[in-house]
Order: sequence, then structure tokens, then C-alpha cells
Amino acid sequence: MFKLFKDANQRQWIQWVIKFTGWSSFLILISSVVMSFIGYVVSPQLIIANIVFSIAFFITYTFQQHMTVYVIKRVFGAFITLLVIATITFTLLRLLPGGPFDQDKALPPEVIANIEAKYHLDKPVLVQYWHYLSGIAQGDLGDSYKYIGRSVTDIISETLPNTLQLGIYALLICYLFGIPAGVFAASKHNSWADNTIMTIAISGVTLPSFLVAAILILIFSVQLNWLPPALWDGPEYYIMPMLVLGIRPAAIIARLTRASVLEVINSDYIRTARSKGLPERVILFKHVLKNSLIPVLTFSGPLVSGVLTGSFITELIFAVPGMGKHLIQSVTNRDYPLILGLTLLFSAVLVLTNLLVDLLYSFFDPRIKLS
Amino acid sequence: MSSIDNSMHAKSLWSEGFSRLKKNKASMVSLSIIIIVCLIALFARQLAPYSFETQNMDHILAPPGGDYLLGTDSLGRDMLSRIIFGSRMSMAVGIITAILSLIFGALYGAISGWVGGTLDAYMMRFIDILYAIPSLVLLIIVKVIFDSLDLFDNPELKALTGILLALSIVGWVTLARMVRGQVLQIREMVYVEAAQAMGARGWWIVAKHIFPNILGPIIVLLTFQIPSNILYESILSFIGLGLQPPFSSWGVLASDGWRSLRTYPHLIISPSIILSVVILSFNLFGDGLRDAFDPKMKK
Repeated sequence: MFKLFKDANQRQWIQWVIKFTGWSSFLILISSVVMSFIGYVVSPQLIIANIVFSIAFFITYTFQQHMTVYVIKRVFGAFITLLVIATITFTLLRLLPGGPFDQDKALPPEVIANIEAKYHLDKPVLVQYWHYLSGIAQGDLGDSYKYIGRSVTDIISETLPNTLQLGIYALLICYLFGIPAGVFAASKHNSWADNTIMTIAISGVTLPSFLVAAILILIFSVQLNWLPPALWDGPEYYIMPMLVLGIRPAAIIARLTRASVLEVINSDYIRTARSKGLPERVILFKHVLKNSLIPVLTFSGPLVSGVLTGSFITELIFAVPGMGKHLIQSVTNRDYPLILGLTLLFSAVLVLTNLLVDLLYSFFDPRIKLS
Repeated sequence: MSSIDNSMHAKSLWSEGFSRLKKNKASMVSLSIIIIVCLIALFARQLAPYSFETQNMDHILAPPGGDYLLGTDSLGRDMLSRIIFGSRMSMAVGIITAILSLIFGALYGAISGWVGGTLDAYMMRFIDILYAIPSLVLLIIVKVIFDSLDLFDNPELKALTGILLALSIVGWVTLARMVRGQVLQIREMVYVEAAQAMGARGWWIVAKHIFPNILGPIIVLLTFQIPSNILYESILSFIGLGLQPPFSSWGVLASDGWRSLRTYPHLIISPSIILSVVILSFNLFGDGLRDAFDPKMKK
């Protein structure tokens, strides 16, 4: 089977498949983000179609580049990583002082014994660990201790869409504002515009998110009464949380883009382009931008991780019904299955993003060969 | 009389770096702010007009001005004194955590980079795994665990242990990665090869040749680590896992102020201004340091 693909990889049709699937998944992603922002509900079919397109894109690309072994290795490694993370978190949780059913008013011992029997807490830790792992293997993350009668999977499927929405909006803000700001600052290197943009950017990096939120709420909710200060109910509710979450990564991206553009501008081929007499605009957009955006793309892995961590705080500030609130509360509540489930989910997202970024990296910069 | 022009004297890398740093106005202003804040933190007892825990029930939530320069909080405690004492906690968190994570991260990175091979691969694998755990989760869990241990008798240190250790555990990972990268780069240098050819032992080369050469980047990274620790501490305070009262840091004060954002904005304004200014100063100073000591930027 590999032989077949090896022979086929230089053919035209496989290039077409890569182009078609790549562009369509990108366009569907953008349009569904815009749709969800305006208030339309993105249908599950569209999401599934997008997932199918992107999987098709990555699979064809992997085959075409002979990276199958590499990708299989990475996916295998990702599973090992998640297993180790589950183990670390599990161990840490057992080290936490206090148990999930400690209350101000002590429960009768029979009741505690019953509860512990239900959740297997009376068994040795290793048995509990085994129970948990075999549960995950069957796709069951267990039942929450605090939200009686709800499984962790329920809680995740309820809250994940909101967190995802917030995260994607923030990422969009960060690329939409960060990259142009960085390019503009670099093209006007050492001018007042450059200095202003970089001052704003460094303030964006340094301000704690709850201060940005405080400033925005004081201006837009208290003084002007334009935007609601909390909840997650429509476009007007999305604006402040996504700004608060997006401003820090946008500032980081702007600084990164500026540095990388400045580095490219001083390279030999740009001097050649200048000496050919090309207009500055053409040089900037055709020659500089393509190469200088590669480091920005590599930074997407850490960026997603930062946005995820930031989203916990942002959700808490604006009372967004997402996973962040649960994540923080579940530690205080000693809700072991919920912490484990959420941690694993976040880690899985991070690991997957890093793999995808690495693949995209080699896609945009053919000099990089992954193996 | 010497006929040699003074400017022709050979300059060491360090003195050249310092002279470049002195020319950077933003960095020098930032450095002086940092030094002033450090002095305030050291002499908090002498400088603060009131104690940080004295409650004055006659002046609850007083606005700024008069006897209380920055007003009082909901328990009648003077905000200015609380901010001055808070600088002790915030700076301690920032600096001690950065040093703790540096010691561990540098050791880990140096061993990994110098030994190389399978050990390096496994050590880096472990770091990759730590990277994939959301840092806030790790922070919260580790902090709660360490808070339950009684390691110190001093009440100030006791209140700080959980935060210090939790932040160090999260922070060392970045440093370890960077130190490893630097060690890998420098062990390929010709002077290291020369030392090896002359029969120098591994630890000697690390201490004598590699460490001095990676000191610059490490100091720069340390400068960036301090504000990020202060920031993380304020975030932890915001989610209610910061220092225990009556102790306060800028983060605790700002997040207390957050709760009465609409009614008493003075409670959030003053701590957040000082918090942002200090974080900004550290970042600007770090930028200046990097520009001054990074050989790549040399003109």
C-alpha cells in the first residue's frame, strides 16, 4: 500500500487533494467561527465535515511527504504522554490533604463507607488507578463527586463548546491584530509608530488579565453601558472576554512578528530584491512576509497552551459557563474524576496542537523535513 | 604621556555590555524603579505609616487623601501600608521563585545537555510531558499539597511556602530547556574541544568554560522569570488561592479590590498601578539586558 502512494505522490491529483482539503477545512473553520459569532448555531454536520476534511488533508499530506512512520511514532508518543500525565495527576491528587467527602458536619461512618464503596475509594490506591485507566480506555471518565448524578463526560460536553468558542475567538483576535501590527511596526522600524505599537504590545504582555478586564468593565459596562459585564449569551457578550483573553497573545505575536520581519529584512535575498528595484510594498508582502511568518506559526503551540490557561481566568472573570470554572473548583472540592478528566482533555488538546503545528510547519516551510 | 587613544583599550564582553546597557534609557529607568521597589520592600517597617494589619473601624473604606494617602479597605486598614508591606511578599515571590527554579532548571538542563545520548532523550521527554499539563492545574494542585506541609515557623515564610514551591515547580521547566540548548551549543565550541584535548574533566569544563558563557542568557531569562512569577502570583490570588490573610501581596490587594470594582474603585487602582509598573519595568530591563549582552545584537 505504501508503494502505491510512493509512486503516486508526485502526481497532480494528490496535489489537488491536498490543496482542496486544506483550503476547504480552513474556509469552513473561518466561516463557522464568523457564523457562531454572529449568533448562528454551527450545525454538527458542518463540524464533522470540517474534521473529515482536515483529517483527509493531514493524511494525504503525510503520505505525500513520506512522513507516515514519523506521524505514527508521534501519535504513539502522544498516547504515552497522556498515560504519564494521567499517572502524575492521579498521584498528585492522592497526595492532596483532605478527601472529597469531608464536610463541616461529619457524616455518619456508615454513610461514608457507602459512598466510598460506590466510588471504589475503599479499595487500595493501585486498584483505584487500574479502575480509572480501564475506564478511560472504554471512554468513561467516571462520575463527578460533587455534581451528583452527572458524569464527567456530561460536564465536558456541556462546557467544552463555550470554552472552545472563547479560545478560538481569542486566537483569531491575536492573529488578526498581532501579525499586522508587528509587520507594520517593523516596516516603520524605529519611527514613532513603531515605538507606540511596541509600547502598547509590551503593556499587553505585562498587564494581568483581570486588570485589563477591570478597565474594560469600568469603561464599557459601568460608564458607557454598552456591553454586559458577564455571562455568555450572544455577540455583545463575547466581545470583552475575547479581548481580555486575546490581548496578551496578540501582544506576544506582534513582538514576535516584528522581530522576525526585521531579521528577514536584513537578509541577502531582500537586498537582491531591493537592488532589482522592486517597490517596497511588493518586497514586504511577497518576499518578507512569507518567510517571517514561519517562526510565528511555530509559536502557535505555546500560544494555544497560553490561551487555554488564560481562558480559565477569563471564564471566572466574566462568568462564562465553560470548563475553567470547573477546573478551579474541582481542585478545591477534591472532585478527583473531574480534575483528572479536564486535565487529560486539556493535555490532549495541547499534544494534538503541537503535532498539527509541526506538520503545518513542514508544509509551509518545505526546507524542514520531519523524521 | 601615552599616545594610545583611550577608546582603543580592550574591553571585556561584560564591560562592553554594561556600557551598552547604560545607553538604553528605558532600561535604566526600569532598573531604578526596580531598585527603589526593592528598597521599599526591605525597609517596609520603617517606611509604612501604619501597620498592615491594624484595623481602624472609624475609617472604613475611606477615599484617598487626608490621613490615609491611598484610602482604607473594608476593614479600615491603610492601603498605602498594605501596598508597602505587599511589596515584600510580591518581590519575595518573584525573586526567590526565580532563583529556586533557576537552580533546579540549570542543573537539570546542564546535566541533560552535557551527558547527552539516551539520558538526554529521556530527560527531555519528561519535560515535554510536563509542558503538556496545563500549568494552572499543576500550580493549584502543588500549591494545595505544599500548603498542608509545615516547613517553616516564621509566619511570613509559612504563608509563602506553597506559592514559592508551586511557582518554582512550574517555572523550572522553561529554564531547563533553555540551559540545555545553550550547553548543547557551547559544548561544540573549539575552546571546549581544546580543554578536552588538554585532559580537563567534565565537571571542570562545565564550571570553567560552559557556565561563564551561558551566564548572560541565564540572567536575561531570570529577569523575565521574575515578572512572570509576580503575574502568576496575582492570578493565583485572583482565584482565591493566594496568600492567607492578614498577609497581602499586590496580587491579593488587587483581587480584593476587584470585588468592589464598581463601588470603591480606589481599592483596585493603586495596587494594580504598582503591580503593572513593576512588571513592566522588569520586562523593559530584561529587553535592555538582552540587547546589551546578546552577542548577536553586537554592532
